Amino acid sequence: MSAAGTVPRYTYRERMMHWLTALAYSYCLLTGLAFYSPHLYWIAQVLGGGATSRSWHPIFGVGFFAIALWMHSVWHRDMRMTDTDRRWLDKMQDYARNQDAALPASDRFNAGQKLFYWLMYYGAAALLVTGLFMWFPEYIPFSLAWIRPLMAVLHASAALVTIGGFIVHVYMSVFFVPGSATAMLFGNVSAAWARAHHRLWYARTTGSGE
Amino acid sequence: MSNGTLQVKAISGHAGTVPGQNTSRDYDVCKLIDVTTCIGCKACEVACLEWNGYPFRETVFDNTYQTMPDLAWNYYNLIRFNEHTAEDGTFSWLMRKDQCMHCADPGCLRACPADGAIVQYSNGIVDFQQENCIGCQYCVTGCPFNIPKFNAETKKVHKCTLCSDRVGAGLEPACIKACPTGCLHFGSKDDMKDLAEKRAAQLRDHTSHKSAGVYDPQGVGGTHVMYVLHDINNPEAYGGLPKDPQIPLLVRFWKGPLKWIGNLAIIGGIVAAAAHYVRFGPKTTEEETKS
Repeated sequence: MSAAGTVPRYTYRERMMHWLTALAYSYCLLTGLAFYSPHLYWIAQVLGGGATSRSWHPIFGVGFFAIALWMHSVWHRDMRMTDTDRRWLDKMQDYARNQDAALPASDRFNAGQKLFYWLMYYGAAALLVTGLFMWFPEYIPFSLAWIRPLMAVLHASAALVTIGGFIVHVYMSVFFVPGSATAMLFGNVSAAWARAHHRLWYARTTGSGE
Repeated sequence: MSNGTLQVKAISGHAGTVPGQNTSRDYDVCKLIDVTTCIGCKACEVACLEWNGYPFRETVFDNTYQTMPDLAWNYYNLIRFNEHTAEDGTFSWLMRKDQCMHCADPGCLRACPADGAIVQYSNGIVDFQQENCIGCQYCVTGCPFNIPKFNAETKKVHKCTLCSDRVGAGLEPACIKACPTGCLHFGSKDDMKDLAEKRAAQLRDHTSHKSAGVYDPQGVGGTHVMYVLHDINNPEAYGGLPKDPQIPLLVRFWKGPLKWIGNLAIIGGIVAAAAHYVRFGPKTTEEETKS
């Protein structure tokens, strides 16, 4: 524990990783929404025009996936679901209602965060695979033309699932759990925060048996 | 169309009726292709290139009369050639002028996400506006006829315009003008239907093509390019003309229900998050409670 009662939570590398995926995802989200609905097509105009958005959307998408792989190499151990996590998930309603007392202690990430992580990880993979078909539809022979709309539907569906996760993620980190957003920005959390939300991790990293 | 307002009503010192006085100019245009009189000369291919200002593409010889395997972004019009053996053993060369069918319910337009990139005129012409095209090729996904072609260099998609620039000026499409056998016809949809049915009946009554018929597929709401075929039951024999073309069901789902389900889910998710915040508020930790 450092002097000011703070605990380092995210390294600089982890924070860069996070914000790069956030940037790439947000770009794909905004341009994707523009292609998704005529009512949101203005977003593409704001971001430099429809053709520009169409050119960059898949490139940012590949970038998102690449950084997600990097993130995976760093975080996959921390993200493994444990039996404690499963018990936590059973009591998720209590967590949502701010009745945290009875919840099993979490390690570095709680089960909700892990769920979000795996949702985005597999979501990124699904978006990449389906997106590749949409990127180069001219290479799909006409006899296999049914693949094109199938991939488009799967791409949009996968995107909608990640958007669901994204809404929850932003809501929780910015509003619901004060201290998370600053942790991802500056890397530190207060000892009280660490104890309250990630007791196992706090005990493990600070060596304070609790 | 554009000349509708300049239709002559009366002419001074003119003996007899005013030409065309009682004909309706407010019509759906239609191209009729009578494949039974096509000789595969490809004058239409050349006329198309000339009018649209494209250079002749490299041809690919495959030991048949076909110019190249497929349409291209700068090759809107291609004679499809097929050596066909009928069930009774008779052999024939089938030639079909392939180009955009100008569907009444165009799958390309339904799929397109770019504002103004595809327009459908009231006369039935479906036209791509390349300046608004973003190169996503959703139109390729939506088309049941495999028509729109992508220019990888400019990232724009092109297809037959039915010579909207000529038709708008009261002219017939370039291919029609060039056809030497009269197998290509152009006029109102009603007139062309009438002509097509007459020709099909003639074939049935006076030739061995007892199942001759008119190809105007209703799965896409009818088309503004119709064919007279020797055998209406086997359009696939004519270079893969689909028997019952439809906008793919998944395209309809993608552009219809999925959009509304998704929109509601996104808005619902944001509203639910806000409601949750108001109901339960942020989490607090000991430290903050103390201070």
